[in-house]
Amino acid sequence: MAQKKIGKQTFQFSSVPVVTSWASVVGPKEGQGPLGDKYDLVLTDSLAGEKTWEKAEQKMMQYSMELALEKQELLPKDLDLYLAGDLLNQIISANFTARFLNTPFLGLYGACSTLAQGLCVAGILLEGGFAEKIGVSASSHHDTAERQFRTPTELGDQRPMTAQWTVTGSASFLVERIGTGIMLTHATIGKINDLGVSNTQDLGSAMAPAALDTIKTHLEDLGRSEDDYDLIVTGDLGFLGSNILKELLQQNDISPKKINDCGIMVYSPSQDTHAGGSGCGCSAVVLAAHLIERLRKGLDQRILFVGTGALLSQISAFQGESIPCIAHAVVLEARGEVK
Amino acid sequence: MIKLQEEEIRQKIREREGLISRNVLLKEQEMTRQQEELQKEHQKVLYWEAQALGEERKKLADLRQEIERQQQRLTKPQQIAYQSIALKFVPPQTVVKNTIMAFLVGGLICLSGQIIKNLFSQGGLADKEASAATSALLIFLGAFFTGIGYYDKLGKVAGAGSIVPITGFANSIVSSGLESKKEGYIYGVGAHLFTIAGPVLAYGTMISILVGLIYYFAK
Amino acid sequence: MELFKAFVLGGFLCAIGQLLIDLTPFNITPGHILVGYVTSGVVLSSLGLYQPLVDWGGAGATVPLSGFGHSLAQGAMEGVKTQGLLGALGGGLEATSIGIAAAIVFGLVVATFAQPKG
Repeated sequence: MAQKKIGKQTFQFSSVPVVTSWASVVGPKEGQGPLGDKYDLVLTDSLAGEKTWEKAEQKMMQYSMELALEKQELLPKDLDLYLAGDLLNQIISANFTARFLNTPFLGLYGACSTLAQGLCVAGILLEGGFAEKIGVSASSHHDTAERQFRTPTELGDQRPMTAQWTVTGSASFLVERIGTGIMLTHATIGKINDLGVSNTQDLGSAMAPAALDTIKTHLEDLGRSEDDYDLIVTGDLGFLGSNILKELLQQNDISPKKINDCGIMVYSPSQDTHAGGSGCGCSAVVLAAHLIERLRKGLDQRILFVGTGALLSQISAFQGESIPCIAHAVVLEARGEVK
Repeated sequence: MIKLQEEEIRQKIREREGLISRNVLLKEQEMTRQQEELQKEHQKVLYWEAQALGEERKKLADLRQEIERQQQRLTKPQQIAYQSIALKFVPPQTVVKNTIMAFLVGGLICLSGQIIKNLFSQGGLADKEASAATSALLIFLGAFFTGIGYYDKLGKVAGAGSIVPITGFANSIVSSGLESKKEGYIYGVGAHLFTIAGPVLAYGTMISILVGLIYYFAK
Repeated sequence: MELFKAFVLGGFLCAIGQLLIDLTPFNITPGHILVGYVTSGVVLSSLGLYQPLVDWGGAGATVPLSGFGHSLAQGAMEGVKTQGLLGALGGGLEATSIGIAAAIVFGLVVATFAQPKG
């Protein structure tokens, strides 16, 4: 019997790893959003002074890790391990960032759930005593994602109302075995959920069942209810997916009142993103700039952060396959008294 | 021994077939049980199949495919039920507004085409030449406005109104080429120029040749 | 009047495209629309149904991509008349060669000098 596993899918970290530092870097559109003044660095243009968007995305990821390290007066060489991922083929942003950092590196792919996936893996490794300090990053870039997954950016097509806008941004987190900061107490690893949605312009609908599955399993595993959390926040379901999730939760007798979504928080409705934000960067920058800061200030005591990912490729989409989706959850707690 | 087990599996499949054909929404527990059963059967049959030879192997492959088919069909009612829930939350497309905008912008592009053609005709070009020159000029304009970054903004408002005219054809060529510029001029721009327009030329030409052939033999 | 007709017919053809995008359950992209218009242009033209549209609406029928299909079909049939079987093969492209060449030239030139804005 696994000692540190509770219920079906939840891991308990009794040594309580700590998120000690974090930083976010975003593009100009995100900078104009409601969280605009909370990011560590807002780029003036989506190229970040580089020649290509791919290079710009990689730089954002690198900058965010460097900023997070600098806040703790650490250097890349102090990291025992770097965990990172992004949306591009062969996760090139992460690979090139790891080349710069020159630390032991495990690349992750969980589509937009990558950050939650990274925090889960970091927690497991720290709990297991394999490392003291682990860096975790995730990034996405609207133009690189648009190029790879959809159509050329200059093509004059219309985005349907269900489509989400990929966030240009990256955030990095420093997770340590010992330290002061935000406590990482549990992780729930998700299963693939696929209810046959194949419309790549409607990822919210595709991902909502995965979020439901993970949230429900998490609460059952720990014998908790939604009232044990100040916030249950999903990664990038957007307006549409979040509304579906609320309906699904109600059908499963879970109150949806604590639910929110990073894809909804990252842009204001006037920014014309249709169904909200998406991408690895979406949940990452909202967590770093907003949610974890609320925990630090004691505005929230305990949140459930649920990264959601649509694990499709352009090829699977063209071949008409439905979209396999996943959600991973981590529990983050402020130090001090917990309700 | 295997024969006996195989017969057992076939029996289970037959029983499940009844369940599947009723298209009922299974309870979560029952669904999990059925899915696990199917996984177990699939694994067993695949294992036998890997060891079997000739006719026997083919027979087992058929059985395995039958199991795979059931695996897919088992979740269909659940998928349909979910998708009908999801559909309730889909924001309505602004069809009326989109259609009006497509009509207006598309109409204006064609109107400009007519003005350009009239000017060419007045300049002394015959009807066919004037038409061809108009197309060429519109293609230039479509390419130009794509290059300076305006055509995608027009497209956001106009939809099909800026896709259907020949300027949209030019937009598809330039946007695809531009996007891949950083991958070089041969494998980037050159190779991607016709990513979207290529199928248009291929199928247009192919069908026109068919039309020519039919015309030739019917004449 | 001629201008008005071009506006109405062109607008109408584009509006059909928009309805196809918005009201069909499939994910219809610009690629689908362009291919669909060209091929339906060829078919309608070969059945003699497109020429009346051109006669009525002028540029309203020739500027939409179905007009390109119309040129292809007319060129192929024209080619058969003058060159026989060989004309069926080359006629369509001959009739549209100026447009195709313009697309290649302007496409390459603009792609070379412009930058994608994102």
